[in-house]
Amino acid sequence: MKFVDEYRDAGRVRALADEIAALCDPGRRYTFMEVCGGHTHTIYKHGLEDLLPENVTLVHGPGCPVCVIPMGRVDDAIHIARQPDVIMTSFGDMTRVPGGSGSFLDAKAAGADIRMVYSPLDALKIARANPDRRVVFMAIGFETTAPSTAMTVLRAAEEGIANFSVFCNHVLIIPGIRAILDSPDLRLDGFIGPGHVSAVIGCRPYAFIARDYGKPLVVAGFEPLDILQSIHMLLTQLAQGRTEVENQYARVVPWAGNPVAMEAIGRVMRLRPYFEWRGLGSIADSALGVADAYAAFDAERLFDLPGLRVADPKSCQCGEVLKGVLKPWECKVFGTACTPETPIGTCMVSSEGACAAYYTFGRFNREAIRA
Amino acid sequence: MSREQQVLDRIERARRRRPVVRDERITMAHGAGGKATRTLVEAVFVEAFGNPLLAPLGDGATLPAGAGDLAFTTDAFVVSPLFFPGGDIGDLAVNGTVNDLAMCGARPRYLSAGFILEEGFPVADLRRVTASMAAAASAAGVTIVTGDTKVVERGKADGCYVTTTGVGTVEHAFSAARPGDAVIVSGPIGEHGAAIMLARGDFGIEGDIASDTAPLHGLALALLEAVPGQVRALRDATRGGVATVLNELAGTAGLSITVEEDTLPVRPPVTGVCELLGLDPLYVACEGRFVAVVAGEHAERAVETLRGHALGAQAAVIGRVEEGNPGMVLLRTGFGGTRVVDVLVGDPLPRIC
Repeated sequence: MKFVDEYRDAGRVRALADEIAALCDPGRRYTFMEVCGGHTHTIYKHGLEDLLPENVTLVHGPGCPVCVIPMGRVDDAIHIARQPDVIMTSFGDMTRVPGGSGSFLDAKAAGADIRMVYSPLDALKIARANPDRRVVFMAIGFETTAPSTAMTVLRAAEEGIANFSVFCNHVLIIPGIRAILDSPDLRLDGFIGPGHVSAVIGCRPYAFIARDYGKPLVVAGFEPLDILQSIHMLLTQLAQGRTEVENQYARVVPWAGNPVAMEAIGRVMRLRPYFEWRGLGSIADSALGVADAYAAFDAERLFDLPGLRVADPKSCQCGEVLKGVLKPWECKVFGTACTPETPIGTCMVSSEGACAAYYTFGRFNREAIRA
Repeated sequence: MSREQQVLDRIERARRRRPVVRDERITMAHGAGGKATRTLVEAVFVEAFGNPLLAPLGDGATLPAGAGDLAFTTDAFVVSPLFFPGGDIGDLAVNGTVNDLAMCGARPRYLSAGFILEEGFPVADLRRVTASMAAAASAAGVTIVTGDTKVVERGKADGCYVTTTGVGTVEHAFSAARPGDAVIVSGPIGEHGAAIMLARGDFGIEGDIASDTAPLHGLALALLEAVPGQVRALRDATRGGVATVLNELAGTAGLSITVEEDTLPVRPPVTGVCELLGLDPLYVACEGRFVAVVAGEHAERAVETLRGHALGAQAAVIGRVEEGNPGMVLLRTGFGGTRVVDVLVGDPLPRIC
């Protein structure tokens, strides 16, 4: 397939893997975090860890959009969905995320009208077609999906669609990365930076990671060659004693980002003073709410929400996994109490979550294969 | 003859005439068991399926019994949309049950057909469905010998549901899988599921993809006869796709199956749709493909045989049965990495970004 096969060429992948091995100092260990869940998915789907030298470890970061949604917010969304005149609309992988008492799928089975959509514009279409119902879009994701939510609100305002609103849970990648960098048990040598987020925010916001924390970051694409090349670039920086922000994904990510998308976010949304991230706790200035000018489209103001904080289950170690302190299989409940069928932590829900990816793709005896 | 008798005779003649359904839509009366039901059965179902075993319209059909084992299976069909590129719920319902019988090493013989119709369902659509069932049954060499119809109120079903039950005569037996066996698929995978996803129109994507729905008994029997006693298992890769079937096979055998990614036959439009939606073709349903486990040394002959058949032109060995990691399916990627291919928890959910 054009523009995909080129980035999956087996010969080039193997050649790059050999170059990576040659770049590694056998006397030291390298630990890199891929921030984005899309990268985690590619790494597992293509078995890329098998191609890396034994002393290079990849840690799966917090960039899975559904993984960082706290349970209380899921409960609030379900509360909205249960109102008799409401149609709740949601992305597919959000529907299985457990709140304090069940998921969207459970609420749907119990009678709530919850529909899966592929874009907030589909939700707007549903609102147009059902003028006597209130249609709410469960807005989640990083800067990748925030622009489409913002554009949809602008469209709704333009067309005067009064029965449409968004339940805004958009989070920002930079405060998330900063929280990980500030974590006392951090042992990272560099970051594989998110590709789609960077297409919106550009590469400049990462400068502090290199400057203040002395860690290199390479913004990467989502194909196997992209990821291996970004690891190669990180190792090259370390070998040359550099710590910089570099852009491997220049075919999609402009250095300055996408000003039109940023402008739409700026118009429709406002920075929340703080927001809870599942597993990471409350992080200041880390999420977006709907701006006052668009209050009429803000489900948080239109509905009376319980707004209860639900503590993560005690046995769940999602936070440690998200920070890269624990590998998924090192968590106490991994694969026993917490499985993709009965997820306790959100890392187990989406196929982009570190635990679900490991459980689904990586759970086998490597020795038996090599033998 | 009295005038009264003349009128009564005329009524009798009219009653004996072939019934005609004049309604444009199914009403509750068609399910009430009275005259409207009888008219629907005779004018639509008997009209389409007509055969000597069905004709008496008794409470059940009487079938000739031979020696040997019978294969027996049932399957319910609730597809939406009812009509899609490459087929409709009618041929799907016949082929699905025919294929389940074929996977038992049986020659499919007789089918029953149960219909649940929603009040308001267009009679013209029902005729389309029964016509394609009749065509599929004739192509598969099976006879529809009995059936049932129920009508439910509007809103309580999605147009038309079909259940078919099938009986076949077993002609071949299978042996247990062992390490070194080859795993073969009979053609490109994921086509039915991809065609249905596009036909639903939720994505605003169009593609040149048609359902692969087809009766597989001819292909299956050809394989079983070409390498007698060397086929360990046959499964048609419907819901859950090839990945789910492989997991079932590995679980039953207590062995692992390693699939070579590069050898999987997937047509480019299916790869494209799956890339766009964040799905894996290994999990997307087929309706005209099977997975066969064949003794390693007979794999070449098996593939050759399949490729000589129109429905198996792109058959390929996709992997091997191995020891270690019992019950697991592993996939060796194009670059030499390895990953697990697990069973899906629920529906494949598209990822958000």
